[in-house]
Amino acid sequence: MKFWPFIAALVAIYLAAAPSTVAAQDSLPPAPYAYNQLDDPQQEAAAQALMETLRCLKCQSQSIADSDAPMAGDMRHQVRTRIAMGEDPEDIRAWLIERYGDYVSYAPTVSETTWPLFAIPLLLILVAAIVLWRRFRRRA
Amino acid sequence: MIAELGLAALWLAAALAALQLVAGAFAQRDGAAELAALARPAAIIQGLLAAFSFLMLLILFARTDLSVKLVAMNSHSAKPMIFKLSGAFGNHEGSMLLWITVMALAGALIAAVERRLPERTMMATLGAQAFVGLGFYAFLLFSSNPFERLPEPALEGMGLNPLLQDIGLVFHPPTLYVGYVGLSVAFSFAVGALLTRQVTPDFARAMRPWVLGAWIFLTLGITAGSYWAYYELGWGGWWFWDPVENASLMPWLAATALLHSASVLAARDALRAWTIMLGVVAFSMSMVGTFLVRSGILTSVHAFAVDPERGTFILILLSIYIGGALLLFGLRAGTVAEGERFSVTSREAALVFNNVMLSAILGIVLLGTLYPLVTEAFDVRVSVGPPYFNPVGAIFVVPMLIVMAVGPLLRWRQDSVARIRLPMVIAATATLAVLFLVMLTSDIGILPLLGLSLSFGLAIASFMPLRGRKLRMLPLATWGMVMAHFGIAVSLFGMACESAFSEETLAAVEIGDSAEVGPWSVALSEVRPTAGPNWTALEGRLMVSYDGGKPREIDPQSRNFWAPPQETTESALVTRWNGQLYAVIGREAGDGRWQLRLWWKPFVTLIWYGGVLIALGGVLALIGRLLNDLKRRSVKSRGAARREAQA
Repeated sequence: MKFWPFIAALVAIYLAAAPSTVAAQDSLPPAPYAYNQLDDPQQEAAAQALMETLRCLKCQSQSIADSDAPMAGDMRHQVRTRIAMGEDPEDIRAWLIERYGDYVSYAPTVSETTWPLFAIPLLLILVAAIVLWRRFRRRA
Repeated sequence: MIAELGLAALWLAAALAALQLVAGAFAQRDGAAELAALARPAAIIQGLLAAFSFLMLLILFARTDLSVKLVAMNSHSAKPMIFKLSGAFGNHEGSMLLWITVMALAGALIAAVERRLPERTMMATLGAQAFVGLGFYAFLLFSSNPFERLPEPALEGMGLNPLLQDIGLVFHPPTLYVGYVGLSVAFSFAVGALLTRQVTPDFARAMRPWVLGAWIFLTLGITAGSYWAYYELGWGGWWFWDPVENASLMPWLAATALLHSASVLAARDALRAWTIMLGVVAFSMSMVGTFLVRSGILTSVHAFAVDPERGTFILILLSIYIGGALLLFGLRAGTVAEGERFSVTSREAALVFNNVMLSAILGIVLLGTLYPLVTEAFDVRVSVGPPYFNPVGAIFVVPMLIVMAVGPLLRWRQDSVARIRLPMVIAATATLAVLFLVMLTSDIGILPLLGLSLSFGLAIASFMPLRGRKLRMLPLATWGMVMAHFGIAVSLFGMACESAFSEETLAAVEIGDSAEVGPWSVALSEVRPTAGPNWTALEGRLMVSYDGGKPREIDPQSRNFWAPPQETTESALVTRWNGQLYAVIGREAGDGRWQLRLWWKPFVTLIWYGGVLIALGGVLALIGRLLNDLKRRSVKSRGAARREAQA
């Protein structure tokens, strides 16, 4: 909790400087493929599908396909150019995970840290089956 | 003066909650009749005082009284009046005051109108309601006082998050809160019945309208929240599996299961323990949701204040109430007999199956929502999003939808599959026909494909219970069920179509040029500056025409708010019967061209129409139940009057 004064100070500085920072951001044009689609509809669809499963790291629970944040735009540009170069979507995801960590991908894969996400649903299926079986066995 | 009045009313209300708790508790013993007689009036006055306190807060915001800290932090004199008022609950303290007000009013309403419960259970229920209320009064008074004054009045307020300056905020939080907190009544009923061990069909009949009412508001709140996110966030998404959205979905899932379970208890005196359990779980999910949203664990447009102390406070309340209720359940569940029996092919069995499925879905949503928070505590950050929730949820949703189509056709207690073979074959044929037709004609994902075909089967099956019945004699509650189940099918169809057939165009367009999306042609004819009371904007004038038809004008905006400074997009929508055109104007590309984001979303509106149908189904059922109760009550009192006259 010792960070709070620091963060508060940062926010204060940001608020004071807000008009100029906003202007600075505006003056930087977004990367070409941030707001432009690929010409090949199939490639664009593949890029879109991938972008919907990547997290915008600057936003709250939004994918990079749903965000106006400059960083999301840059990431969209990355995804589209790489897809256009013929890279496999899962390779792009792996590359982004390597760069930003697991956090960037909305599609968790089974790993040391995520196995409960997959084990618990299996357990739920089992429990549901047992509950139903016990309930109906006695009635039959 | 107004702030002090509000605070005083709040303290008095808390004191009355304490009185209500004591009265309810002592009423459990014999010979405390005088004290017990206080419980009902205490509940009613408590409700009025809380409402008065909330009214005072509204007045403070309406006047923009900048000597009050909450107003200075969250309002601004230049805001339109409607957003000044809605801003009263667009912040942490105000929204918690709204929460406690709704809870106190719900308690007052039970005290005023509920007459069916045995007196001891009623007193235990009122006591439980007061016990939960007290915790939230303490939270409000000790760590979130909305009426705190500033030492020096502020010169100007800091304003309200522009995303919240929308007509949606006027309705969304109160609707959702009535739903969330309405479930506290079910919780108190369940605790009351556990304490007195009186879990009977009459108990379920008494509880059902309250659950129905809360469930209707939850349904509407979620539906409206989803539509609001859809048009306000500017990217055409309607559900993000955001923890805050999940926080509202979880109580809904539990309440849906509870509603069906209570129906079985009311009609057949079965599933006693199950109903009690769901009553506890439903409100627990409301509280978990509040904890997630209000503790500052999540940063989102809903988390107004990031304050770890408050989070700890809510967490303690949460463990007391949920832990306590579950402990009580564990101790008493063994003594609550299971109730009547039924066979595998019966309506009860179908309802049990779907309650298990709903509980499993609830488990998945809870897991996916909490897991990233748990790992974050160990410095491992993972994201759980649609690629997880959709397929894993579908494992339970698909069987649930199938049983949902069949269940209402079955009779209570014991039935045979042979009797309902014809409607089952019809619904299954429709499902499979759509499945193969879509598979042959287009290439869409497996989940939208399943959704699309099941929606047809379910839509047909949802009307089957009307077959061979005299429609004019049919109880309103049955009509309600048919409508709500049909609403699920409608909503499912919309979701599947949106997911499978949406088209997107991002284009940089010069003035005078046009872009295409699906069957639409969109021409940018002008970009002009415009202004509102607390924002300036660039407004694009788009002439849009569907399939070469007559063009019409829409005006999406890119708004800049100045207090606080923030940019938002105001999308422009064109709604047709078969879908929606969604248009957003972005920045200038630097070379005189403007960024347009366009979507054609076939049948997307059905998602929300379906939600409204589901809620209307609930309303019909509620009216039906209440009319029945009134009839029964008047028959009873007339009978009593006649007996008296004869005597």
